Amino acid sequence: MSSRDDAASVSAEAYAREHRANTRPADWRNPSAGGRYQLAIVGAGPAGIAAAEFAASLGIKVALIERKAIGGVNLNIGSVPSKTLIRTTRAYADMREAWRFGASVPGDVRVDFAAAMERVRRVRARLSRDDSAQRLAAAGVDVYFGEARFTASDTLTVGGKALAFRKALIATGARPHVPDIPGLAEAGYLTDENLFELTELPRRMLVIGGGPLGCEQAQAFCRLGAQTTIVQNKPLFLGQEERDAAQILSETFARDGIEVRLNTTALAVRTASGTKLVDLISDDYRNTIGVDAILTGAGRTPNVEGLDLAAVGIDCDASGRIRVDDFLRTGNANIFAAGDVCLEHSFVDAARASARIAVENSLLRRNRRWSGLVVPSCTYTDPEIARVGLSVREANRLGVPVKTFTIPMHEIDRAVTDSETSGFVKVHVRGRTDQILGATIVARHAGDMINGVTLAMVAGIGLRRFSRVLHAYPTQADAIRQVADAYNRTRFTPRVRARVRRWIESRWPAQ
Amino acid sequence: MTRQEDTWLDQLQRAAFEYFLRTTNPRNGLVADNSRMDSPVSIAVVGFALSAYPIAVERGWMRRDAAVQCSLSALRFFRDSDQSGGPVATGFKGFYYHFLDIHSGARVWQSELSMVDTALLIGGMLVASQYFDAETADERELRALVDFLYRRVDWCWAQDGADTIRQGWKPECGFLHYGWEGYSEAILLYALALGSPTYPIARDCYKNWTLTYQWENLYDFDCLYAGPMFIHQFSHAWIDFRGIRDEFMREKRSDYFENSRRAVHIQREYARRNPREFAGYDENCWGLSACDGPSDEHLDIANEQRRLYGYAARSVPYGPDDGTLSAPCVLASLPFAPEVVLQSLRNMLERYPEVLQDSRLASGFNPTLAGAEGRTWVAAGHFGLDQGIVFLMIENHRSERVWQLMRANPYIRAGLQGAGFRGGWLQSSAGGAR
Repeated sequence: MSSRDDAASVSAEAYAREHRANTRPADWRNPSAGGRYQLAIVGAGPAGIAAAEFAASLGIKVALIERKAIGGVNLNIGSVPSKTLIRTTRAYADMREAWRFGASVPGDVRVDFAAAMERVRRVRARLSRDDSAQRLAAAGVDVYFGEARFTASDTLTVGGKALAFRKALIATGARPHVPDIPGLAEAGYLTDENLFELTELPRRMLVIGGGPLGCEQAQAFCRLGAQTTIVQNKPLFLGQEERDAAQILSETFARDGIEVRLNTTALAVRTASGTKLVDLISDDYRNTIGVDAILTGAGRTPNVEGLDLAAVGIDCDASGRIRVDDFLRTGNANIFAAGDVCLEHSFVDAARASARIAVENSLLRRNRRWSGLVVPSCTYTDPEIARVGLSVREANRLGVPVKTFTIPMHEIDRAVTDSETSGFVKVHVRGRTDQILGATIVARHAGDMINGVTLAMVAGIGLRRFSRVLHAYPTQADAIRQVADAYNRTRFTPRVRARVRRWIESRWPAQ
Repeated sequence: MTRQEDTWLDQLQRAAFEYFLRTTNPRNGLVADNSRMDSPVSIAVVGFALSAYPIAVERGWMRRDAAVQCSLSALRFFRDSDQSGGPVATGFKGFYYHFLDIHSGARVWQSELSMVDTALLIGGMLVASQYFDAETADERELRALVDFLYRRVDWCWAQDGADTIRQGWKPECGFLHYGWEGYSEAILLYALALGSPTYPIARDCYKNWTLTYQWENLYDFDCLYAGPMFIHQFSHAWIDFRGIRDEFMREKRSDYFENSRRAVHIQREYARRNPREFAGYDENCWGLSACDGPSDEHLDIANEQRRLYGYAARSVPYGPDDGTLSAPCVLASLPFAPEVVLQSLRNMLERYPEVLQDSRLASGFNPTLAGAEGRTWVAAGHFGLDQGIVFLMIENHRSERVWQLMRANPYIRAGLQGAGFRGGWLQSSAGGAR
């Protein structure tokens, strides 16, 4: 082992130690509960933390109970590590394609997988400080570690100790759902729970599932140098997105060298000479591919086991999610739910927002509706695919007349200067009005750009007014204003133009 | 149109027709997909050929009895064909496999039973039965065969209990899951499926399909979006969409013909912008559509490696686009924007004369991929779909003859009405003169 490797493993251990000390301190002693909590929160992921901080800031006596580590999927195994790694892979992609920016391609672009993973651990440790157990305790939250179980409508136990509450919030999140493929468990597989613990880059990787997580990780690992194949049992990948978004991405995937197998199902897995052999079927075509690692589990299974929900009258839907009403109330009037354990969308921002709504509705007697929230989302591929509000498909299904204003990114000066012209901004408006129903943006930084549209939707700003909002030039986000300009041009019908001409001529007659 | 232009179009149309004469197997009336050696039959190309024979009779390029015999050969073949749905049969449930052996008519390439391509074939049959209206034994047989073959198609089965018609089926695995959605060339398919006296699909099936449409403002044109140009043309070869509107188009205050006109302008705007900086593209050199393109070479411009797609549906504005253009799709836009099309085609052929071989347009050409001697890459041979759509669209531009014949067809009228089309020629009792 070289001295550099030594140093890397030392710092890796230090980051891991800091991360553990923040999220699951070894010497943590649960508070000795005195009296009834006004709010008991089960699960310290993004939703649980947001609810606890919000409640504590209002002076509410709040308990936060976590089974594993503070931060949940987001910090420990989800968005934070995955986006950290994606940044590294973008750097490699830019190096390899430096010619696109008029730069010379570095002669020897070698991937340092260990360095990439070390950065993941460093960033995770850095961000774990913000929501550490100590910091939450200092903010007035009683943090408990242990398994929670409901025993009555106002009592739960943590590690066998009773804890009384007035209201409770379940925010236990969800875990990867692993498809039932014969031989998969025996052959071994990765999910986003253990993906970031890899110490070596798999030479060949199969990603089962072409949803957002599958696409993000397939691209990331391909750019790190793994020979990557995505298998998707549907005719398109990213089925929730616009077809054009998937078309643009499929071109990028092809350039990256990702093999996309649509309409293909993994039938069985077996291992021979250290290689995982996966049998695939697509319509009438069967074949077997050999890989070193299989990434799966893009679907989510809600974490409800051990809570004894039935004992307190809480039921779950067919997919295992806790059934809640629009006010996020479960079948038990005292107990609310928030985040992935009850929501269809598995987004951190949605989890946090739902937690605040649940706190307000449970303790402040507010009647805020979950459906009233405008929830953006983003798939962090390169380019990114961001979406907010209704899609055309949903609008059509609801019988809402919809028109889409589209500006391809090749129309945007800053996209051209950045050689990032692949993508578009599409804003959907209601029929012949300028009311924004939703939008899809495909661009390198679509996730940042979508926020302008979300703001307009929440504030009730239509496209007509939007065009009066100056955007810094040149920026890629200016594309959204250009959509508004396109809308305004449609208002200048021949009749309007004739009226303007007549008015001008009446005031300043031609000589 | 000037006399000079008409002469030019006449020449192009006649050359397109020659394709069918050269590539048809006279014994069974089946027509090759393309002019290359050992090409299989494409059933859609047979549909174009069946539509072309009556026009050729009108223009004096074929004797009526020869045209009837050509048509009868194909129709008798389909009547007697193996409809068991087996791996080497010809069809199933009245539909046909996409590609057939030109001698035996058996399925080749493990191709799918194709709903859209069967619709194009049936469209051609209906043109023939509409035109050959004489009370002779042969023409009576022809009409009876067409009626039999149309009535045999089980459109309901092709719905497979789903909201819309499936696009394909294979004996090895059943219905295919292409997951196509959005506007496509399938209006003719839906019209035929709704007009069927034997196996009509439910009306909401068409409505369900239009629910996947996207009405977009792109480059300042309001358009029912579809990327490749052929989508805006194929159903229009048979159906005159001027002034008739379904519920979607009524709401948008447009029609499918006007929509195709706008699609032409969107294609031009894309080519003018030429975001991927390919050679040759401008507002008078455009045409991204399904066509043959280079595949085995690698395009290398300024150190940039680009992918090449071979035969593929190229599309605006999001691609695929590898610098390959389809001249046939430009010419086939003639009815929608005649002046623009003639100007563009003239310009393209002046710049790239090698695109025209034997007075027929090559399927695709790629000016970015010029050889050492500076000649642009041109697809070898000719494709039946290109020649077929060019032939019918030139005719519709010159005389509207195909549209006239189909306007008078009761199945087409019933199908369009079933899909909710109103107004225009659908309001008159016979749909115009025969």
